[in-house]
Amino acid sequence: MLSIRNLKVSIKGKEILKGINLEVKAGEVHAIMGPNGTGKSTLAYVIAGREGYEVTEGEIIFKGRNILGLSAEERACEGLFLGFQYPVEIPGVSITNFLRTAINEQRKYKGLDPVPATEFLARMEEKKKLLELQEKLASRSVNEGFSGGEKKKNEIFQMAMLEPMLAILDETDSGLDIDALRIVASGVNKLRRPDNSTIVITHYQRLLEYIVPDVVHVLFDGRIVKSGGKELALLLEEKGYEWIRKES
Amino acid sequence: MEKDQNNILEEVTNSDYKYGFYTDIEMDTAPVGLCEDTVRFISAKKNEPEWMLEFRLKAYRHWLTLTEPTWAHLHHPPIQYQDIIFYAAPKRKKELKSLDEVDPELIETFNKLGISLDEQKKLSGVAVDAVIDSVSVKTTFSDTLSKYGVIFCSFSDAVQNHPDLVKQYMGSVVPSNDNFFAALNSAVFSDGSFCYIPKGVRCPVELSTYFRINAANTGQFERTLIVADEGAYVSYMEGCTAPMRDENQLHAAIVEIVAMKDAEVKYSTVQNWYPGNKKGEGGIYNFVTKRGICKGSHSKISWTQVETGSAITWKYPSVVLMGDNSVGEFYSVAVTNNFQQADTGSKMIHLGKNTKSTIISKGISAGQSNNSYRGLVKVIKRAENARNFSQCDSLLLGDKCGAHTYPYIKAENHTSIIEHEATTSKISDDQLFYCKQRGISSESAIGLIVNGYAKEVLMHLPMEFAVEAQKLLAISLEGSVG
Repeated sequence: MLSIRNLKVSIKGKEILKGINLEVKAGEVHAIMGPNGTGKSTLAYVIAGREGYEVTEGEIIFKGRNILGLSAEERACEGLFLGFQYPVEIPGVSITNFLRTAINEQRKYKGLDPVPATEFLARMEEKKKLLELQEKLASRSVNEGFSGGEKKKNEIFQMAMLEPMLAILDETDSGLDIDALRIVASGVNKLRRPDNSTIVITHYQRLLEYIVPDVVHVLFDGRIVKSGGKELALLLEEKGYEWIRKES
Repeated sequence: MEKDQNNILEEVTNSDYKYGFYTDIEMDTAPVGLCEDTVRFISAKKNEPEWMLEFRLKAYRHWLTLTEPTWAHLHHPPIQYQDIIFYAAPKRKKELKSLDEVDPELIETFNKLGISLDEQKKLSGVAVDAVIDSVSVKTTFSDTLSKYGVIFCSFSDAVQNHPDLVKQYMGSVVPSNDNFFAALNSAVFSDGSFCYIPKGVRCPVELSTYFRINAANTGQFERTLIVADEGAYVSYMEGCTAPMRDENQLHAAIVEIVAMKDAEVKYSTVQNWYPGNKKGEGGIYNFVTKRGICKGSHSKISWTQVETGSAITWKYPSVVLMGDNSVGEFYSVAVTNNFQQADTGSKMIHLGKNTKSTIISKGISAGQSNNSYRGLVKVIKRAENARNFSQCDSLLLGDKCGAHTYPYIKAENHTSIIEHEATTSKISDDQLFYCKQRGISSESAIGLIVNGYAKEVLMHLPMEFAVEAQKLLAISLEGSVG
C-alpha cells in the first residue's frame, strides 16, 4: 500500500525528517509514536502533499507509484486521507456541500459521473449512525463552532464518506474525552477492511487500546528508531520516551 | 436547477428577438456625441409627449453645469462624452462567421455557465443581430399579471400608455439634478422597465429584467421605475447573464423604487458586465444611481446585489426611510479581480420614527483590484428610535489587491442606535490545504470558501439567481490564486 524509502525533508533549510523508511501493507494498522517535535506531523503532511516542505531525498510509493510529483488533491483522489490534528473552520460551507463537492471531484478524477443526490444522502445517514453523530450536523458549517471532540468526529465522518485506501490520523485522540475516544476509535475499527490501511499518529498508548495496531513505530529526531508489535506501545507507556532517547 | 438556469438563459436570449425595439438598426443610430439635438432626436424617435422631452431637456441643461464626481476611490481615464453614441442601435458589430472566431475564453465561460452551443452563438454575436439591441424587457406570465392589475412593461410603453403614473413618480426618488450621472441618464435614457403593483396586491411571480450592453462606443442608459402601492408586494430581479466582450463603455442607469404604506419591494441584482481582460483592458464603466423611498409607514425596501462584473463600479443602492416604522435593507457581495475597481455601498436615510436599516456588505478582492465599501447612515432630528446595523467584511485573495471601508455616520437624534462591524480576512493556506486534501482543486476550493463567506447575502436572493450567483462567484475568481 505505502512504502517510504529514505525520505529526507527540510523546512527552510532545516532538516526535519532524516531518512524515514516505512512499509505499510493492505489491511494493516500502523501506529507512529514519539515525543513532540520529532517530525510526526511533518511526515503526515509530506505524505499528503502539503506545499512548503522540501523533499531532498527518497521516495513515497503509494499503490505502486511514486506520488511525490502529485498535488495534494491528486493524492486525495488516489485514495489518501489525512485526519487533521487541527481541523480548520470553513464558515458558511455546510458539511453536506463540502463532502458532496469532495466526493464529486474525486469521482471526476476517476472519470465517474457525480454521485446521485439520493445515494449521497443515504450514505450520509449510514455514516452518521456509525459515528453516533447528531442529525443537524450535516447542515452545520465545516468545523465552525465545533467542540474539539466534534471536530475529530467530523474528521472520521469524512473519512467514512470518502472511503480512502490509506488513512493517516494525526493525533486524532488529542482533545477527546473517553466517550468521544471510544466512538472515534470504534468508527475507525468499523472502517477497517482487508484492502485498506491506517496510520495512527499519537503521543499516547491510550488510543491503541481501542485501535489495535499491527505495527508500532517510534519516531525520534526525524528517524524511526524502533519498530515492533503492539507491546512496544505498552513498553513506551511504562518506560517513557526517555528510554528511547537512551537507546538511540 | 441546471435546467432552471438554462431556461432562464434561454428566456434571456429569446427575449432579444421578441422585444428587439427596431428592425432596421442602422437607421436608428443617433449621431455621435451629445448636444440638445441628440436629446430631441431620442425623444422624437420614441414618439414622446412634450412633457417627457421637457424633462429630458431640463436634465440635459443641468448636466452641462455639472462635473464628474471625483470623490470615489476609482481611477480611470476621462470619459469622452462626445465620442459616445447616446442612442440604442450602435454601429453594426463585426459579424463573426463561426464560433472559431470567438474568443476561446468567452466560450469557456459560456460552457461553465451551462449555456448551450446554440445560445453561445447568439450571445457572442455570430451572425445574429438581435443581441445588439440595447435593452430587453421580458415579461413572463403577462396574463397572470394583468389579472392582478400589475403593470410590467418597458419604460417607453409606460410613457405612452400610463403617462399619469410615470409623470407622478419619475424623478420623485432620484431627481434629474441628483448627480452627474443621474442628470445624464435623465437626459438620454434609452429605455428600461416600469412596474406598478396596485393596492393590496401581492405580485404572484418574480419580475425580472435583463439588461444587455450595446456594441462598442455606445453608452447604455436605462431607467427602472417600480411603484408598490399600499400593501403591495413585489420581488424584482435585474440581471445580465451573458457577459459581452467590448471596449470601455459607459453604463449609467437609474433605478427608482417607491413603496407606499405597508408595501414591500425586494430588488435583486446580479451584475456581470464585462470586467475587462486580465491586463485591465476594456470593460464596462458602471455608474448607477439606485434609490428607493419607503414613503408610507411600515413599508420595506430590500436591495440584494451580487456584483462580479464591470471594470469600474460606482453604485450605492439606498433607502430613504420616510414612513414611520419603515425598514431598509442592503445585502451586497462585490467581487473584484484583475484590475477591476469597485466603489460601492449603501445609504440609509432615516427620516421617520422607529425606522430600521440593515447593511451587510461582503467585499472580495483578488488580483490587483481595488474594492471599496462606502456607506452613509443618516438619522435626522425627528427620527426617534432609529436603528441601524452595518456589517462590512472584506476578503482578500493574494497580496496585490486592496480593500477599503468608508463608513459615514450622521446621527442627529440621541435615541438612535447605530452599530457598525467590520472585518478583514484572507483565505488561509490551511483552509486551502484542507480542501485539497479532500480532493477538491484550488479553484473549486476558492469557489466553495467564497460562497460560504458570501452565504449571508446569497440566501437573500431568489432561488434561480442564487444558483447563478454562486457559479459566477466561482468563475470570476478563477486564476486568482496559485
